[in-house]
Amino acid sequence: MSPSDRNDAVLAKYLDGELPQDQAIRIQQHIGECTPCAAEVAMLVSMKRGLHAADLFFSPSVEFRRKIQQQVSSKSRDKWNARLVWVFGLLSVTLFLSTVWLESPRRAPTFSEVADLHVNAIASSNPVDVVSTDRHTVKPWFQGRIPFSFNIPGLEGKEVALLGGRMVYLNQHPGAQLIFTVRQHKISTLVFQESSVPVGEVTNNGDVERRNGFNVAAWNESNLRFMVIGDADADEIRNLVHEIKSAN
Amino acid sequence: MRYSGFGFAAGFFRKMDPEFFEPLALPLFDSLYNFAHWLTGNQVDAEDLVQETYAKALKGFKSFQEGTNLRAWMFRILRNTFLTSRSGLMVHNTSSLEEEPERETLLAHGITPESVLLHSENEQLVLNALAALPVHYREILLLCEVEELSYREIAVVLSLPVGTVMSRLSRARNSLRRGLAQIMQALRSQHEPV
Repeated sequence: MSPSDRNDAVLAKYLDGELPQDQAIRIQQHIGECTPCAAEVAMLVSMKRGLHAADLFFSPSVEFRRKIQQQVSSKSRDKWNARLVWVFGLLSVTLFLSTVWLESPRRAPTFSEVADLHVNAIASSNPVDVVSTDRHTVKPWFQGRIPFSFNIPGLEGKEVALLGGRMVYLNQHPGAQLIFTVRQHKISTLVFQESSVPVGEVTNNGDVERRNGFNVAAWNESNLRFMVIGDADADEIRNLVHEIKSAN
Repeated sequence: MRYSGFGFAAGFFRKMDPEFFEPLALPLFDSLYNFAHWLTGNQVDAEDLVQETYAKALKGFKSFQEGTNLRAWMFRILRNTFLTSRSGLMVHNTSSLEEEPERETLLAHGITPESVLLHSENEQLVLNALAALPVHYREILLLCEVEELSYREIAVVLSLPVGTVMSRLSRARNSLRRGLAQIMQALRSQHEPV
C-alpha cells in the first residue's frame, strides 16, 4: 500500500481487529513507513479513545436494576409460577365443583327428591289433578301438558287401582305422576323423559329396592324413565311395575 | 481480540433452559441500559426499552440458538424493540440513510477533529458530537467502539450484510469528525473578539 492509494477501510479493519494476522502484520509495517496512513490511524485511535467515554456513560438507577433483577430472577419466576399453579388449580377445582353442583340434579336425581314428590302428592288435599280410575280419561289429560306420551295399564280385576294423575316437575322438567292404590296404600308412578332425568341413585333395572321404608323401582323404556314408589309390599310394587312394563 | 462477553458461554449449554437466562443475561444489563439511553436520549424511554428487551428475551430464550452470541442476540432484540417503539419510529421517520460523501473538507481556522480527539478534556465534546449523530450512525459507533462487537456481530444486531456494516461504520466515523469540526468552529467563533 502506498501513500497515494491509502485505503481507509483497511486501516479501520486493522484497528477494529478484523484483519487476519498476516495482513495485520503487513499493515503494521506499512504504517511505520507511511505518514498519511499513520495520521489516519492516529485519528482513528483518538476517536476510539474519545468514544470510550460513552461506555457506561448512562447508569441505571438502583430501583430499576432491582426491578430487572426481579424480572429475570428464576426464583422470582418460580414463585410466580407456583402462584399461578395454585391460582389455576383453585380455579379448576372451583369450576369443577360448580359444574358438578349445577349438573348433579339433572344427572342424578336423589331418592329423596323422588320420595318428596310422592309424599307431597299423598299429603296434598288434592293429590291428583285428574281424578279418574279410567286410564282412557287420565292419559288424554296429559296431552299438551307434557312433551311425551305413555300408556297406562288396564287394571280391571286387579287389586291395584288407578286414582288419577298430576303434573310434576323434576329437575325443572315436566313429567307425569300417576297415583295408584292397593288396599290403603298409595303408590306413585313417575314418568319423565329419559334425557331429562338420567339414572340416579335407584337401581335402574326395574327391581324393587327398599329405601327409607319405601319400596322403589326404576327403569327406562321407550326413552322414558319410570319410577315407582310407595309403602306397599314389595310384591305389590313388583306387580304394578309388571303391569306398567306390559302396557309400554 | 474482540470482546465476546458471555455470548459464547451460552454455547456450552445444550439446552436453553430458562434457569440459565439470569446468569447469562443479567451481566449485560449495564451495557444494554447504556445503549438504550444513547438510542432513546432519556431515562424513562431507556428503562421501558430495557425492560421490554428482557421480557422478550426471557420469553424467547428457549428459541435462542445455542452456540450463537447471546450478547448480539440481546442487543438485536433491544434495537428491534427500539425501532418499533414510539421514540424509535420518530427517529426512523426523521433520519435518512442516504449516502454521504466519504471525504470532505472538515477544516477551518486550523481546527481539526484530530486536535479535539487528542485532548482528553474534550471528551464531552466527543459525546456531544455522538449524541448529535443520526441514530443509525450513533448505534453502529456504539456497537463497534463501546460494545466492541465484531463486524459479524454488528451485522447480526443491525440485520445488515457485513459489507454494509463496514461502509456505514466508515460514514459514521466521517460524520462524527464533521460534527466535531462544527462544534469546534462554533466554540471558536464564540470566543473570537468581535
